[in-house]
Amino acid sequence: MQQTESFKKRIDKALHNEQARINFRSGMSGLMTKRATQFNDDQELQNMRDHARAIRSYSLSHLPELLEQLEQKLVSNGIQVHWAENSKQANEIIYQILKKADAKTVVKGKSMVSEETGLNEYLEHKDIEILESDLGEFIIQLAKEMPSHIVMPAIHKNCKEVAELFKKHFPDLPYTENIEELTLMARNILRDKFVKADAGISGVNFAVAETGTLCLVENEGNGRMSTTTPNLHIAITGIEKVVARLSDVPPLFSILTKSALGQPITAYFNMISRPRPANEKDGPQHVHLVLLDNRRSQIRMDDELLDTLRCIRCGSCINHCPVYVQLGGHAYGTVYPGPIGSVLEPQRLGLDKIGALTSACTLCGACGEVCPVQIPLPKLINRLRAESVNSQRSEAQISGKGSLRKMLEANTWVLWKWIYANPGLYRVFRWAARRFRKLSPNRLGGWTQYRTAPVPAAKSLQQLAREEGFSNE
Amino acid sequence: MNNARENILNHLRTNRKTNTPLPEAIFPEDNWEREHKITQISERMQAVHTEVHRIPTDGMAEWFQQQLPLRKLNRVLLGDNELANTIESSMPPSIQVTRYLRDIEEWKQELFQDIDAGITSTFGAIAETGSLILWPNHEEPRLMSLVPPIHIAVLKADDIYVSFAEAIDKQQWGNYMPANALLISGPSKTADIEQTLVYGVHGPRQLIVLILE
Ligand code: SF4
Repeated sequence: MQQTESFKKRIDKALHNEQARINFRSGMSGLMTKRATQFNDDQELQNMRDHARAIRSYSLSHLPELLEQLEQKLVSNGIQVHWAENSKQANEIIYQILKKADAKTVVKGKSMVSEETGLNEYLEHKDIEILESDLGEFIIQLAKEMPSHIVMPAIHKNCKEVAELFKKHFPDLPYTENIEELTLMARNILRDKFVKADAGISGVNFAVAETGTLCLVENEGNGRMSTTTPNLHIAITGIEKVVARLSDVPPLFSILTKSALGQPITAYFNMISRPRPANEKDGPQHVHLVLLDNRRSQIRMDDELLDTLRCIRCGSCINHCPVYVQLGGHAYGTVYPGPIGSVLEPQRLGLDKIGALTSACTLCGACGEVCPVQIPLPKLINRLRAESVNSQRSEAQISGKGSLRKMLEANTWVLWKWIYANPGLYRVFRWAARRFRKLSPNRLGGWTQYRTAPVPAAKSLQQLAREEGFSNE
Repeated sequence: MNNARENILNHLRTNRKTNTPLPEAIFPEDNWEREHKITQISERMQAVHTEVHRIPTDGMAEWFQQQLPLRKLNRVLLGDNELANTIESSMPPSIQVTRYLRDIEEWKQELFQDIDAGITSTFGAIAETGSLILWPNHEEPRLMSLVPPIHIAVLKADDIYVSFAEAIDKQQWGNYMPANALLISGPSKTADIEQTLVYGVHGPRQLIVLILE
């Protein structure tokens, strides 16, 4: 239960951070409004979602074949492919590639998978300078914080906080709270790094098996810089990101940018299929792809939980979550926050480690409604809640099943089930509940922390109905 | 080496009961009139701060002759193809032309510091989303459209497709993919601080498109 306590502490901290709450509130409403402008025809949106879902479902059901095809294509294009079962292996692989190339400085494009593996920290320990180049990621790297949102990593900071951060790290530069000037400053600082970097590391949005193509979606151009300027490019991605055909890319790309940012398209769509050919003059001569499992193959074993892997990381579920908007991303304490985090992270890390996240949900259903690939997030959250209090519920191999079970709670339900299934007993219970209503407990754990305890009514519904003249129950 | 590959694939192979069908690829309508495609692409591009000019094909050299000095773009980067030859041959002497002829390693610093604008051709464009298609190659390397603060792209009006799907299909991307294929749909931008939109973060601050008719 320790995880529940520490989750509560993080929640408490988040709720008392006034500034961050204001920033989240305005950030999320902005993103929701912008998304809505892109989808004004419900039927068309539904068709797009059906199609996107079908593409992703096909990928997952044919995952081993598609991964082999992807590997074979990439290798024949000259891109080296590596497989990692967990974070440690992935980090080690990347380090070895860098070491072999004698690469000391690395620029990085945005990659949630590398956050998952803790790559930055790992490489810093090995004395490799690694610099985030996405503006949001750059800001939180300076602040030594985690991303608070998967698309907008620095959404919890306002311009004043960014200005102070820049002042602290770059004291020679003039202080400004002007967002345009701050952005320009970051541009100048990072340009120099792009020139000097020995290697670039990036994530991948879609990996196309048909052609062996890595697709990157971005607005800033830092992804293109990181994957073009240095002579070595290492991409890292989860094994679920593969799609079968090139023709699957336009519909997914379109619904991704519309859902994530409310933009019909991003400034750049960067498709990488091979290292620099002999006659070309730029682009990396060495390109590597690291395919990371990190329990994804395990999640895929369960026919219901498998839906988790359809995710294209648009962040829409997060933007529309009434709990996230109050708490922000850091309260979750995981790489992925919000509804997708509450579903993915307990499966990835274990219900015994972080299963409490599933309690941060009102089951309002907003996330499932906006998800571009129709992941039934509320249903999955419910499923994981059940798994976390009952180790016998299913065959699924989720670590920490039943770890949140409380004996009192479990026994109460057993008792209730027995009473409710037995008419005679139920009548006695009903009579007693009314007769001794004054004695009903007024402290009911979490329920009464912010609410008063319910007191049974003096008359039962049946009684009231009879008095009103309804004879037939 | 570890057995990660076999372990992962074997694990994945144990569950294949959920065979779902491959969805039909969608081909959106592609029967827009040429004029409609041009106005659509222009509108889309202008909506994200791209400057669009429609000019007759034989007026292109003149446009550069007039506009580069006017905009004080004194140091321009050209590739190694017909387009570059045409533009350079009519360039006023005040403009310093650099050709991208060497490997990047030999002049990285110079490229980042000493160029005002990169001029490239395009491999096509997409009307629906206002996107340029670029397939950089040895004649027009990848960084030409990324590093200089201004990118000027020349697009033939006949090369505009309605959708990305149509371009992939008609241009048969499936047969061969270059090292790098790009869609460029406006200047570089960010909204990472307070969701305030700022143009020109890492890539070009300005994108100028010349549609040749
Ligand atoms: S679960 Fe759906 S809505 Fe949430 S990030 Fe993934 S794709 Fe987007």
